[in-house]
Amino acid sequence: MAKETQSQTVGAKPSPVVKWLLIGLSVLFLFVMLVLPLITVIQEALRKGFAAYREAISDPDAFSALNLTLEATVFAVVINTVFGLFAAWAVTKFRFHGKKLLVTLIDLPVTVSPIIAGLIYVLTFGRQSAIYPFLEEHDLRVVYAVPGIILATVFVTFPFISRELLPVLEAQGTDEEEAAAMMGAKGFTIFRKITLPHIRWALLYGIVLCTARAMGEFGAVSVLSGHLRGQTVTLPLQVEILFGDNKYMPAFAVSSILVILAVVILIVRSIVEYIGKEKK
Amino acid sequence: MKKKVRIIPGFGLSMGVTLSLLSLIVLIPLASLVVFTAKMSPSEIWHVITRKRVLASFEVSLLTALIASLINAVMGVVLAWVLVRYDFPLKRLLDGMIELPFALPTAVAGISLTSLYADTGTVGKIFAKFGIKIAYTRIGITIALIFIGIPFVVRSVQPVLEKLDPLYEEAAGMLGASRVQTFRKVILPELRPAIFTGFGLAFGRCLGEYGSVVFIAGNQPFKTEITPLIIMAELQEYDYSSATAIALVMLAVAFLILFLVNLIQIHNSKILNGGH
Repeated sequence: MAKETQSQTVGAKPSPVVKWLLIGLSVLFLFVMLVLPLITVIQEALRKGFAAYREAISDPDAFSALNLTLEATVFAVVINTVFGLFAAWAVTKFRFHGKKLLVTLIDLPVTVSPIIAGLIYVLTFGRQSAIYPFLEEHDLRVVYAVPGIILATVFVTFPFISRELLPVLEAQGTDEEEAAAMMGAKGFTIFRKITLPHIRWALLYGIVLCTARAMGEFGAVSVLSGHLRGQTVTLPLQVEILFGDNKYMPAFAVSSILVILAVVILIVRSIVEYIGKEKK
Repeated sequence: MKKKVRIIPGFGLSMGVTLSLLSLIVLIPLASLVVFTAKMSPSEIWHVITRKRVLASFEVSLLTALIASLINAVMGVVLAWVLVRYDFPLKRLLDGMIELPFALPTAVAGISLTSLYADTGTVGKIFAKFGIKIAYTRIGITIALIFIGIPFVVRSVQPVLEKLDPLYEEAAGMLGASRVQTFRKVILPELRPAIFTGFGLAFGRCLGEYGSVVFIAGNQPFKTEITPLIIMAELQEYDYSSATAIALVMLAVAFLILFLVNLIQIHNSKILNGGH
């Protein structure tokens, strides 16, 4: 309503009423959808006082869940960083057939539902798989074991780092590397001295995004976990177990660890993005 | 091929690492889905995916994802507009918050939204007075999906809006267009591809979403059971054939959405490049 009446008189000038109406709507929307859930987690976690909170987060199951989450996250970040660097180098520094297809395949994991990500690993390594007898013989367990959880985490975050590097390297072109190569520089020297300074911030940004998603992955990990307490349970799964047992306060206490990690990640992300823009 | 000789070293190594990791982590597991599907007959697959309970779950998933993404499309444009065009206190904080749904684990979002929107929760209490139940209904699922989809439209519209030259708006204003007319006829057409892209990405993500939804959904068959949950249930009963058949439908829809988003993006970049 305000928009209509204002626009008739003001013409091209933006009206302050519309401005504050839209700002108010945005703030309200974000407050209800994003801030309230965060407040709820902290409020519910501290409902029974600080002592109960400390007891809940120092539970050995919660501790082993935190360990497994960190382990899976480290694997995901390391593997995807290695992959991201090589893939971005291969795609942007050379011409070859099927480049589009390669990029599409790399992006595939983010379009697949986490549940389906879990399913394909169950089909690959589970009891009905062709390689199951081989795994059995060598006492390798993937499904309902830690390797499965790590693989699922790597899968869902697979393109996170290469996706950040590709546009930066694409924009940078190949001239500098070609010049260095002509002057006799070795591959790794070229990468370290020429390519890396260009992609430093994009790489860091990708690592932050990868960390965030890896530590919070739920669906894919849930399929492959088997929910063995203290063994194959990550922090998000521990939250699910506690909530399912109607242990609401402990569930929110464990969640609060993840909330703190998420907020730290958001702050680091903003800083990295800010510095990255400044450098440009 | 412009250059026959590759000057920059490392093609073999980088390609080798890329292809082996891609095969190990993505292609071989996906291929096992194809292998497993090949063992099933088409009628078997058809029988599974046309079960009443499965069809009902498709309806729940599609409907809630569609409504949530539509709401996010509208709010995404509003948020992007506010963040790009206006200056106000704490704007940076607001901007940084948009990514929260990416950073916050979905399970945490799920239990938090459930306790907020349950009949006894802070927000649910208000609606309960009017006899509206949110948690454990389709409205609850939609709320969880709105949460998940917030960043997509904002982040795809924001850069386009930043690059949009205010000159056109000024010209439209000078020619006597109202702000509403200017928005509809000058700004919106420029934003449309970005809105569709963001909408498509959000819709795809919402269809596959599991973590934030399972807690708030209540998971009643035929009413609030989403498709990923049915796959999960089949897996827990070791019924891999049913799980695979239903997963195939979901994958087909996901790829269709991805394909449409890519079409829009190609179309969009043609317009952008042609214009300059």
